[in-house]
Amino acid sequence: MTVEQKPEAPEKRLVKGGEERRRLLRSVVVGSAVVCASLAGLLDHRLAHAAPRLRPPGAIDEEDFLAACIKCGQCVQVCPIRAIELADLTDGIGNGVPYIVARDQACDFSCDATQCILACPTGALSHSVDKKEQVKMGVAKLVDADACLARKGKGWKGPARGTSHHAVLRYPDIDRWKAQPIAGHAYDLDLCDLCVRECPIEGAIALEPVSNDPADRRRTPVVKASCVGCGVCEMMCPSDPLAIRVEVKTTGRTYGGTHG
Amino acid sequence: MTPGFLSRTLAGLAQMFGRAPAKPGPDDMTPAMRDLLAFKKTPDERKRRKEAIKAEREDHSTSNKWRWRRWASIVALNGLFVASYWLDLQLVEGALTASRVVGFHFADLNSSLQLMLAHKHVVINLVIGVTTVALLYVLVGGRTFCSWVCPYHLVSELAEMLHLRLAEKRLVKDHALDRRLRVVLFVIFAVLAFVSGYTLFETISPVGILSRALVYGTVVSLIWVALLLLVEIFWARRFWCRYVCPIGLTYGMAGTVAPVRILHVAENCLHEGKCRDVCLVPHVLEMTKLGFGRETETPVGPDCTRCAMCLDVCPTGALRFDIKGLTRRSEAAE
Repeated sequence: MTVEQKPEAPEKRLVKGGEERRRLLRSVVVGSAVVCASLAGLLDHRLAHAAPRLRPPGAIDEEDFLAACIKCGQCVQVCPIRAIELADLTDGIGNGVPYIVARDQACDFSCDATQCILACPTGALSHSVDKKEQVKMGVAKLVDADACLARKGKGWKGPARGTSHHAVLRYPDIDRWKAQPIAGHAYDLDLCDLCVRECPIEGAIALEPVSNDPADRRRTPVVKASCVGCGVCEMMCPSDPLAIRVEVKTTGRTYGGTHG
Repeated sequence: MTPGFLSRTLAGLAQMFGRAPAKPGPDDMTPAMRDLLAFKKTPDERKRRKEAIKAEREDHSTSNKWRWRRWASIVALNGLFVASYWLDLQLVEGALTASRVVGFHFADLNSSLQLMLAHKHVVINLVIGVTTVALLYVLVGGRTFCSWVCPYHLVSELAEMLHLRLAEKRLVKDHALDRRLRVVLFVIFAVLAFVSGYTLFETISPVGILSRALVYGTVVSLIWVALLLLVEIFWARRFWCRYVCPIGLTYGMAGTVAPVRILHVAENCLHEGKCRDVCLVPHVLEMTKLGFGRETETPVGPDCTRCAMCLDVCPTGALRFDIKGLTRRSEAAE
């Protein structure tokens, strides 16, 4: 408990200097490792070129969205049909960022397209969107024309995705507010038109004849400019492999962003 | 120079940024402290303290009062997040990065900083959230977040217990790092966010990861948390909280002049150092060494997380919670 300063023995000072050097070295190594770990997520994002995720309605352009999202999941919590999920570490820099797997559960605007946007605290889901028609998540595209039942002139009987699929959809004729399980909703269609029939956006998709022959019952789905990319057609497509899916376009890094 | 509010604040910040504490000369002490130190150095007083320490060491009763309170706080607050979602209580919606607390916006200061630097846009809801949280921690002490809210703190504390047990058996050794590392990393992550346009730190933030894993079940990210805990158990005690976490530093800066703090009362102190042994940030308790105090009553600096482990181990009540302006002080230090 003495407080007087004692001169240190030379060898002790040497040991101390060595320890300090090692400590500094350790710190540099550990610090670099932590920074590299954070950069690894970026490498994954840049190099893997995985197909871009379908983001919730109102999401600003992908690169800005990754930056603007605070990864809190409030959008997940308010979604009445649980369409939104949070990404995990496997998404690299997108860890904790919300996305939608339309094939499993598409956004059908059960809430009229503002709940997740209103919940977003950072504007990553842009508040400039307040109608479902203003949303632009992507664009539906007939990716496998040969798989499309309508193009083969075929109909569809039974639930769109079988009796065990867990997705829900708003059927306005049944309940204006509460989405119903699609497994409990059987169809009996002479010609499959599920992508058109259940599309929540008016005039976003139509079935058009494939030939000029009036006897030809084959039709092809044509996506119009008003398509918002919600993915209901992707979810409802009874064909396996699916014929229609939402494609997400990203414009790359823009510092101005599409925000506001 | 005798300590005043400004010099104490600046010294506290410098200490948080990694400066090694310096021993004060007689001129750096208040007259009352000089007198107290002179008294403490008298042979009779030394003998009394020695006996008091000996008696105290024979009494093996330990208190975990504050630890239990703190653990209850961490479990309750994080449990509220989980229950709000899964039981639809809607009290605290979101995760620790940002939430609505009964409808009011709350936003984590470091997550928001990363976001603003990366995105370069700010919306009003985020400003409201940041202001609310900043005000809260300006009052209760910034790093109070760390030990009373952060879920990583709890698991890290358990890892520390294991580390200490293994260290006692000489199976592991604590490798201290340079405390300036945290400042360097804070700057690097801020610059990286600004330059890259991505919130890089958020990808590896164990606070966000744990909070989201609890609420949303994103468990793959827990691999990273497990890795950090392994480092803490086998290599460097409280490695993340002590030397890395920029969140801790952000909150520490926010609460630099917080009125809620731990106060060291030199008169009661036996200077045996039990508090420094348990402390997450022992440099803030430098004044508990004999001859290192500048004032008879010293508020503990901004790096202190108010975890109150020191209160649990202090046998004489020389360390206690203090609220500036509410608790009477014998020496006017302000």
